[in-house]
Amino acid sequence: MAADASAPTLANRFQRPSVVGLLGGLVVLGALALLLKNLTVSPSGFFEITLIGLTTGCVYALVALGYTLVYGILELINFAHGDVFMLGGMFTITYATSFFGLHPGQGFAIVPIVFATLILSMLSCGVLNAVIEFVAYRPLRSAPRLAPLITAIGVSFIIEDVGLAWKGPNYVTAPDVFPHTKVFSFRGVDYGWNKLIVVAITIPVLLALLYLVQRTRQGKAMRATAQDKDAAAIMGINVNRTISFTFMIAGALAGAAGLCYSLYVTTVRYDQGFQLGLIAFTAAVLGGIGNLPGAVLGAVLIGLIQSWNEGLPWHMPGSDWTQSIVFSILILILVFRPEGLLGERTPEGG
Amino acid sequence: MTEPLADPPDVVGIRNVLRARWKALPFWYRVAVAIGLEILISIGVFFLDHSLGYAVAAVAGLYWVHRLPRLPWRLAGQLVIISIFLFTGVTSLAAALAIAFAVFWVPARYRTWTLPLVAVALAVLYPFYDSKMFTIPVFGVWPDVATGVVMLVFIMMAVGLNIVVGYAGLLDLGYVAFYAMGAYTAAWFSSLQFAHRHFHFGAVGLTPNLPGIHITMWLLLPLAGVLTALAGIIIGLPTLRLRGDYLAIVTLGFGEILPQIARNGDNFFGTGFNLTNGPNGITPLDSPGFGHGISNLTGQFLPANYLQCCHSTVLGHQIQSTDVFFWTAIVLLLFTVFCSLRLQYSRLGRAWIAIREDETAAAAMGVPLMRTKTWAYATGAFFGGVAGAYYAFFKSATFPGDFFFNISVFILCMVILGGMGNIWGVIVGAGFLAYLDREGLANTGAWINTNIHFGHWHPNLDVPLYASGIYGLIILVVMLFRPEGLIPSKRVAAEMHEGVSDEPLYDAAHAGADG
Repeated sequence: MAADASAPTLANRFQRPSVVGLLGGLVVLGALALLLKNLTVSPSGFFEITLIGLTTGCVYALVALGYTLVYGILELINFAHGDVFMLGGMFTITYATSFFGLHPGQGFAIVPIVFATLILSMLSCGVLNAVIEFVAYRPLRSAPRLAPLITAIGVSFIIEDVGLAWKGPNYVTAPDVFPHTKVFSFRGVDYGWNKLIVVAITIPVLLALLYLVQRTRQGKAMRATAQDKDAAAIMGINVNRTISFTFMIAGALAGAAGLCYSLYVTTVRYDQGFQLGLIAFTAAVLGGIGNLPGAVLGAVLIGLIQSWNEGLPWHMPGSDWTQSIVFSILILILVFRPEGLLGERTPEGG
Repeated sequence: MTEPLADPPDVVGIRNVLRARWKALPFWYRVAVAIGLEILISIGVFFLDHSLGYAVAAVAGLYWVHRLPRLPWRLAGQLVIISIFLFTGVTSLAAALAIAFAVFWVPARYRTWTLPLVAVALAVLYPFYDSKMFTIPVFGVWPDVATGVVMLVFIMMAVGLNIVVGYAGLLDLGYVAFYAMGAYTAAWFSSLQFAHRHFHFGAVGLTPNLPGIHITMWLLLPLAGVLTALAGIIIGLPTLRLRGDYLAIVTLGFGEILPQIARNGDNFFGTGFNLTNGPNGITPLDSPGFGHGISNLTGQFLPANYLQCCHSTVLGHQIQSTDVFFWTAIVLLLFTVFCSLRLQYSRLGRAWIAIREDETAAAAMGVPLMRTKTWAYATGAFFGGVAGAYYAFFKSATFPGDFFFNISVFILCMVILGGMGNIWGVIVGAGFLAYLDREGLANTGAWINTNIHFGHWHPNLDVPLYASGIYGLIILVVMLFRPEGLIPSKRVAAEMHEGVSDEPLYDAAHAGADG
């Protein structure tokens, strides 16, 4: 089917970079000039906003990895992933406050509580995601390609309403337990502990994931299944179990992201998952979908772009336009470089 | 591990496996089991609501009678069932079923025409008998005429989307963008939005020196359609090269960007230029109408001004302006359906179907992929734009809050529920879902809250709050158990069940890409 990437499109490949590359270069140069101007207007503000962007980027990375893992193995855009992340935030709040009695002013007692909540939340979201795969995607494994995509949208709406029915239409607030005291303060640039904690949760999870995919037997099975399911099956890999495992890992990442997000931002609402999921998906596409380091790179970039756009003082479009900017990036990337920044060229892009 | 090998490769999916096992049972055994189940269900429902119990029994009974092998048996069975209902006093229900079966029993060669004709006649006359209709079990009263207008507009959009999704097989998740384009085009050129301009053309019911652009609706509807189609082409040209899910994502992106532009368009980047009036939306719009000249020419048959319309009483019903909007919507819908039907088997329509079934093969047979896809996109966008413009006129307003992603999925859900590629299915699915959205869910929720209780426990559900989840559930259930929709087109059903021909064992997802 994808073989229409043959003669005419291949010929275009050689001509396109001249014009498109020029235009893209101009856009990137313009954005850089805007950033430099902002840097000169208020350097400390710029670096502080950059640090905020890095923190958001870390949360996005966890969600984006879920998209990329699932896409890598099934070539399915799992629309429901963003909503699983949202439920992860709600799980976190429920476990932390109802089970463990988390509240502000507990000092270092929050460390084991947050850790236990993280484990529970990851587990819940992982199981949830695997169940979604079993119920909604597995029966459609041999249906036309658009069928599971449409189902994914349906599941996304269902999960959103589960959150709505569970926690109601208003924001759910989490206890603000991460200390806001400064880790360091350098020439007016402050870095709070709450941001550091988010990074400190994210990076070990990312490293564990990389280890899992690249060094373990199960990771090898995942990569084999992603490459060719039939051949993997012939080699004795349990394809269905591997796919379930992948969904579970993706869900666990969403659970971790939900914990970071809900304790860092301290509010979650039932409809936030879809929007944030789309942003994270953009990040995955930007980095090259199916590519794990690419997803992290894309997520950090998107996080930076978002916080620069919303926080910088000099002639930035502002938060009203964040979504438009993110989706414009998504569209431009898909149209002109569908393989993303780090990805390999696929027939998809034509 | 070896599970997928256990069933023959052409029996895939839960539904087909279950169906194959069910079909393997003897016929009379199946009839007995089904009728027994139905009696049990009917009795159960009867205790909840008497007339609903009758309805379930009637529909189930008629279905099984219809499955009987011989014509005389069938006829006799139907007579028995209908007369039972006549005697039990559920007369209106029986009458409705009788009409349905009268239509159904027209010989097949005339059925193509009689069924649509009866449907159109019933629809046109709806304002006259709406208030006299019986109460439907669970769903409550029949929808009022204003709901009917909304239903028709959404049916129109669904028929438009069906061209893109059903015929050409391009998943468009940003259809709401076209709807918004149409609505804003209508609003710009028939309101006070551009008050520094002064241009009147055919608009009715205005003082001559009113500022702003005011053009008659009859020009604006095609204009909105054409502008939207152009927007569709502009969006489509770079993106239609992408395949399947990438295209879906890009259209979703456009569907998110356009409403945001509408929301923030009252002051573009601080320049003070007000394009869309921001979150307040543009309201009011001019009243549609034919003007006094045409109205007098036709002996007041065509109203001069919709909003100040019609004091005449026909068949004991005083005609309201909503009724006129309703009939206009029927005309627009008929035009849409006509175009859609004519396109389906035209050269272009066959090219769409070829692309949907196998893009590579279509390209090899000389179908120009880009041009054909762009036409599908533009045609779908055209009807979306016209529907959006008409809806804006009906509401006399347009707000950015009307154009959320939910609407795109809502319209997609209509197409999927009815049956992708089959226009009659899409019409039924869209009408039903639009009705659910406007009145049905609220009515059903009220029914559930009053009639269902376990002991002292009453559910206190706000059913319309969960509308999107219900649509999601409908999408999920339909895709899992009947992916071709309720009233499928035979071709789509075949594609859905046979899958892609040379598919590998585990996925049809990327046939040919690397497998």
